[in-house]
Amino acid sequence: MSEVIAAHDEAHHNSTGIDTRKLLMWLFLGSDCLFFGSFIATYLVYRNRSLVGPYPSEILDIPLTTISTFVLLMSSLAMVLALNYTQRDKPVAGRYWTLITACLGAIFLGFQVYEFNHFVNLGLTPKTNMFGTTFFVLTGFHGAHVTFGVLWLLTYAFSCLTTSLKERAILILSIIGFLMIFFAVLMSDWLHVIPHVPFNTVMAIGGAGVLILLISLILLRKTSTPKGIAVSQSMNLELSGLYWHFVDIVWIVIFTIIYLVSAKDVAPIIGM
Amino acid sequence: MTTLKYPTFIPRPKEEYSGFLGTIWSWITTVDHKKIGTLYGITAFIWFLVGGIEALLIRLQLYAPEAKVLSPEVYNQVFTMHGTTMIFLVVMPLSAAFFNWIVPLQLGARDVAFPRLNAFSYWTFLFGGILLNLSWIFGEAPNAGWFAYAPNSSFPYNPGYGVTFWIIGLQALGVASLAAGFNFLATIINLRAPGMTFFKLPVFIWMTAVVNVLIVLAFPIITVALLQLMFDRQFGTNFFNAVQGGDPVMWQHLFWLFGHPEVYILILPAMGIVSEVLPTFSKKPLFGYSFIVFSGIGIGFLGWFVWSHHMFTVGLGPAANSAFAISTMLIAVPTGVKIFNWIATLWGGSIRINSSLLFSVGFIAMFVIGGLSGVTHASPPSDAQQQDTYYVVAHFHYVLFGGAILGLFSGIYFWWPKMTGRILNEKLGVAHFLVTLIGFNVTFFPMHWLGMDGMPRRVFTYPEGMGWDLSNLISTIGAFSIALGTLIFIFNVFFSTRGPKNAGNDPWDARTLEWTISSPPPHYNFAEIPEVKYRDDFWFKKYPELAHGEVSGASASEVNNDDDHHVEMPDLSYYPFFLSLSIVLILGSLLDLSWNGSWYIAGVGILMFVWSLLGWSFEPVNEETSNQKDH
Repeated sequence: MSEVIAAHDEAHHNSTGIDTRKLLMWLFLGSDCLFFGSFIATYLVYRNRSLVGPYPSEILDIPLTTISTFVLLMSSLAMVLALNYTQRDKPVAGRYWTLITACLGAIFLGFQVYEFNHFVNLGLTPKTNMFGTTFFVLTGFHGAHVTFGVLWLLTYAFSCLTTSLKERAILILSIIGFLMIFFAVLMSDWLHVIPHVPFNTVMAIGGAGVLILLISLILLRKTSTPKGIAVSQSMNLELSGLYWHFVDIVWIVIFTIIYLVSAKDVAPIIGM
Repeated sequence: MTTLKYPTFIPRPKEEYSGFLGTIWSWITTVDHKKIGTLYGITAFIWFLVGGIEALLIRLQLYAPEAKVLSPEVYNQVFTMHGTTMIFLVVMPLSAAFFNWIVPLQLGARDVAFPRLNAFSYWTFLFGGILLNLSWIFGEAPNAGWFAYAPNSSFPYNPGYGVTFWIIGLQALGVASLAAGFNFLATIINLRAPGMTFFKLPVFIWMTAVVNVLIVLAFPIITVALLQLMFDRQFGTNFFNAVQGGDPVMWQHLFWLFGHPEVYILILPAMGIVSEVLPTFSKKPLFGYSFIVFSGIGIGFLGWFVWSHHMFTVGLGPAANSAFAISTMLIAVPTGVKIFNWIATLWGGSIRINSSLLFSVGFIAMFVIGGLSGVTHASPPSDAQQQDTYYVVAHFHYVLFGGAILGLFSGIYFWWPKMTGRILNEKLGVAHFLVTLIGFNVTFFPMHWLGMDGMPRRVFTYPEGMGWDLSNLISTIGAFSIALGTLIFIFNVFFSTRGPKNAGNDPWDARTLEWTISSPPPHYNFAEIPEVKYRDDFWFKKYPELAHGEVSGASASEVNNDDDHHVEMPDLSYYPFFLSLSIVLILGSLLDLSWNGSWYIAGVGILMFVWSLLGWSFEPVNEETSNQKDH
């Protein structure tokens, strides 16, 4: 038996001492840099090339996006706290802050839904001009990354389910809230994926989704049985944390380039 | 993992299955790097035959002026699919077959770092390839060339399903390559045997590492380019729509920013193989190990700064053209270094000539010719004459067939005994080599003349009296000789499987760790993980007197393969298969969004995706082997 264990330990020989899954995540993030880099490069190349309006200066709402950016950055803080609590063997607090992170991410997505919808109502679609094309696709793929991150974080809520029926119900409620936000994104008509739904309906569904998420979170805080993300799972959480922070950092770049740098862009001066 | 009841629907796979369906199920659920490597190899070889048939059709159409074998429409589809198939479905996965088989063995590891992710890569590759080739059923295969220049590939100019198939198929193949890239890099960085520092790694491992860095960094770019093209086609965006201010040259930049590193993704594995074969059959260490390694890294690095040499005739201006000309010529330096090192490895060695060595030597010679013709179009004025002519076709077939394919065949002959326990027939192997080498030169050498004489590539026919008739006829005859060579190889494989398994552990008196274990290796590879002291460790353990007195009586008795060892191996899993299937279903549903069935396919795909991704995450694979668990 001792031989089995010896052979077993050798199999887990780790040449660098870096957790292999963490290594994989870093490699993926390095690759994802090129993914966003290509989209951002495309945005920059096509900047000031729109032949018809609406132009960025007419449509971008910097104060609003500053708020949503703030929300997303705060979600990174929540992520740090979640991981920190989990690593210090405080599973319930770890789970709570994980859900807060997901919730803040969902609120950010809500802002994005609103913004997409708003732009479409103002006449900017991906088809309208070069700004529409590059803006919607770049921020859309960033939104897809946030969506995936939110879902990933929500799986931790499931992975530490207790048998408490009440708690399960609340978690399912939070998933429903999230799905409502998600469908609000789909219905926002920017890709004509789902036939046009009135603006107020989209906002109602999206807003209700955010509300349900918040309520379920507060309920969860009250009913939480002492069971959360075990300290043995902290590496899992750390991986999603790496991903989450990366997606936030990408947003800082996108916010700078689209909202701050291009804020005054108007029609191109040089005739094309 | 906590005790979560997850709806698995399908019972967890067992170790043993019997019967025909059981065997298939055991291959579907396998996570063993050797079985996955075999799957990669067989699948890639079948695509090789498909791509070869497409090549023969091209040559039949061009054998004489005004031939009517293929219509112009079908000709476009055939040459597009020939290029796409050979690059993405043959050379890359055949290299991946070697990565799978050899990397863990040479590292002294029991499997790759993420066995299920590895299975996922294979299945995604398989389904992606099938998706791409399904286009033939619709009668609308991709027809915009392997680099699908926009706006020729945009919806207004190419409204059929063909290019969409090309996009979604390549997306799937990109996912497969990326997953494999992360996996092999993690494996090479973290699963090296104790004592195997980076500069004791075999050169094949080094080249694998460089290739996978290139894959990890280059494939996101083509992913973005394909997404942009797909959004243009399916959702009416303007990325490459000049009417709205979009720029078709943007596609060229993005494509070649991926496309040029891709060229090194194709050739570097063969360079790694040759660097293993030559020392073994010369009984000498590789000449200038660190030069070869750093040249490989240098090629991988410089490969990022040369992409615009594919675009010299676009009109980027003299400054850009000069810069890219210089960087392109610069890349000949590390390549030349490697060539000289290989020759110096042979020099003065006690050479044993066999089919593996012949293919390696053939690789060097053919790659030199391809490299030299490559340098001729590193110069923009010269390139302006050669752009889009058969000269370019000749060049890249010399580097990709004469280079990559010959190198890969060398690897097949070299490692076949390790994979199967049987040595391939030597006479048939030499016949295969000679017929292939001669057929190859007969096919592609006349293309240099054709190109210099101004015959454009991708034309479906040519008029009489251009002076191109004879060269084209010779080329067609050569193409069928290559087919004959391939048939000899297939015959050799079947012929050799009837022989006894008598290869032994180390038939070539070779140098690296994979030869210390039995052929074929046991499921767990190494009963005990070896300790490594030297570069070419096995060689110096066999011949301690050659180690310049550095060996302090290390016993050569590391070979210990009694089957009583119980080694914990990763559990089987079917989730990779279904996750791949779901991704390809989702991609497939993008083919035609106006068809209602697409939404059902997408729905099934998304449900299967969620089920298999969560199942994968919560699957209780060998609880303790946290090292081998994916997220």
